[in-house]
Amino acid sequence: MLEIKNLHVEVEGKKILDGLSLTVKAGEVAAIMGPNGSGKSTLSYVVAGREDYEVTEGEILLEGENILELDPSERAARGLFLAFQYPVEIPGVGTMTFLKSALNAQRKARGEDELQTPELMKRVRAAAKKLEINQDMLKRALNVGFSGGEKKRMEILQMALLEPKLAIMDETDSGLDIDALRVVAQGVNALRAKDRAFLVITHYQRLLNYIKPDTVHVMAGGRIVKTGGPELALELEKNGYRDYVSEAA
Amino acid sequence: MAAVRETVETVRSIDVDAYKYGFITDIESDKAPKGLSEDIVRLISTKKKEPDWLTEWRLDAYRRWLTMREPTWARVDHPPIDYQELYYYSAPKSTEGPRSLAEVDPELLRTYEKLGIPLREQEVLAGVQDARVAVDAIFDSVSVITTFKEELAKAGVIFCPISEAVHNHPELVRKYLGSVVPVTDNFYATLNSAVFSDGSFVYIPPGVRCPMELSTYFRINERNTGQFERTLIIADKGSYVSYLEGCTAPKRDENQLHAAVVELIALEDAEIKYSTVQNWYPGDAEGRGGIYNFVTKRGDCREARAKISWTQVETGSAITWKYPSCILRGDESRGEFYSIAISNGRQQVDSGTKMIHLGHNTTSRIISKGIAAGRSENTYRGQVSAHRRASGARNFTNCDSLLIGDQCGAHTVPYIEARNHSAVFEHEATTSKISEDQLFYCMQRGLSGEEATALIVNGFVRDVLQQLPMEFAVEAQKLIAVSLEGSVG
Repeated sequence: MLEIKNLHVEVEGKKILDGLSLTVKAGEVAAIMGPNGSGKSTLSYVVAGREDYEVTEGEILLEGENILELDPSERAARGLFLAFQYPVEIPGVGTMTFLKSALNAQRKARGEDELQTPELMKRVRAAAKKLEINQDMLKRALNVGFSGGEKKRMEILQMALLEPKLAIMDETDSGLDIDALRVVAQGVNALRAKDRAFLVITHYQRLLNYIKPDTVHVMAGGRIVKTGGPELALELEKNGYRDYVSEAA
Repeated sequence: MAAVRETVETVRSIDVDAYKYGFITDIESDKAPKGLSEDIVRLISTKKKEPDWLTEWRLDAYRRWLTMREPTWARVDHPPIDYQELYYYSAPKSTEGPRSLAEVDPELLRTYEKLGIPLREQEVLAGVQDARVAVDAIFDSVSVITTFKEELAKAGVIFCPISEAVHNHPELVRKYLGSVVPVTDNFYATLNSAVFSDGSFVYIPPGVRCPMELSTYFRINERNTGQFERTLIIADKGSYVSYLEGCTAPKRDENQLHAAVVELIALEDAEIKYSTVQNWYPGDAEGRGGIYNFVTKRGDCREARAKISWTQVETGSAITWKYPSCILRGDESRGEFYSIAISNGRQQVDSGTKMIHLGHNTTSRIISKGIAAGRSENTYRGQVSAHRRASGARNFTNCDSLLIGDQCGAHTVPYIEARNHSAVFEHEATTSKISEDQLFYCMQRGLSGEEATALIVNGFVRDVLQQLPMEFAVEAQKLIAVSLEGSVG
């Protein structure tokens, strides 16, 4: 599903990703863990296509297609979704309006028919209910005045609606209390499928108790320094990142 | 008001710029000789067969104008206007006196059709819209047709071109013309008083709620003609009217001057709602051509509990210089101003409002949203004042500016003068940029850069869009999207 080959990325002349290679298969839930400054968020932004990140070398293949030349909306239409760590607020733009515009823009880009409002509202309401999102919130402007937990749940709602092929979750657990964490994890687990892959970026092992990964990668100094099974996360929890950081240096 | 899709597509494919009303109508017109003099003023008056008192009124204004100089305090920059290089009268040859739709030159009808303006009453009646809209169509200096006149007459509503009102209702015109914007008010208003071409006249009798919306569509076609329309709306005691003004003009390399005057009078317990969607040609990306929109609009809440609200979406014209204002004379009267002013390319906007609190317990509300993109300059200039004796005056002002890109400018110049100690004036202002984060978020969800900008901008202007009559609101959203084309990336 996702193949990153020897990716080197600079931001304002400073090197952040230093020969990162990674593979995620369809149906897989892969976790990336690493200390602050290891380049985790940069990785998610670069895959999603944010400007200001200069790729000096390497490739990113989504289902075999190199997406580096595509802009963010094109990547989204090909099934890429990023659940942001800090979702922005968009004043004056109703949540439902936003969802409809986004979904239909993607469907149009793929040559599909637009989804009609009644069907859309049905799907949104059902997904909102499962994520314990109040119907009122759907009428308000996107993320405006939402608490951290509400914003994160809104990210998962969008994920459920947009049905991506590859979902990258950038520190989704930051700022969440136990209950919110459980709801979010349930939402994500409900979306697991054999034709969908997840890349879960986090620093703490706790989220991975709820969203059990198939693979765990450790990132330090701008690249993957170790790959293993779920037990690797437990080891990190016990010993911290010390060994990996010094290895990367 | 949806424009005929096919025509729009065709025009768009021909022209590089997005202004889709840029076509020219090939029609014979009757023009006065170039330049301005007492003779030309008399000529205009003669063409319109005006009574002597009006001819004298015009001549007085012209003589006064000769002694005045253009104001220079606005934040706008333009080469000097040569007033002798303009034509002050141009009328399509086929228009003379009132007529039925069947007698109007088909070419003219096609023009309004292209613009999506519902002139054919049958079609409108049979059409999808529930609300019918009476239309006064003005082409260059003359009114081409006014629809639904009989039906309005049944309600006692007078809606006709001002040139007609001068003949059929002289007492009303004489009483109110120049009573809100005096002849000597400012350089452009004085010029307008001398050479005004045509415009709409509306009178709503006491207690009548006008049965449909009234609108006027101004279309400038002839080259080098100045457009000087004059509109006068009177809402008698306890009456209500909602009026829509639409404007478009063809693309030309030269600048064209539009110096209109609009006077609104609301008597006791009356209400006037005046909405404008201004889409004059803004000039090309290099700033060539485009309309100079120097307009004086003012409403007089003359008696107790009168209410006047101005709602506007300004997306066109090379230079916009206008301050639709309210004089809150009557006790408990209310003035409102809702505006979206967009500038792109090299447009310049110096616009805003004045709320003059004179009576007791008067209130006013101002919501202004300025959006600057490209290399444009967008200035909000507002005055809120309370006279010494205006006790209990209250105002709420919210003016927000949004900048798109890094080559445009947004400026706010508020004048707040409270000469009465019980006045309560609130002012909130923000200036922001469309953030990269917001754009990226929207794009990551599948929206293109332009779709994302349009969405964010729509959210920004929502409060004002909600004030527009429904037909205008939909068109305004489309217009906003078109006006911002090319501003991203």
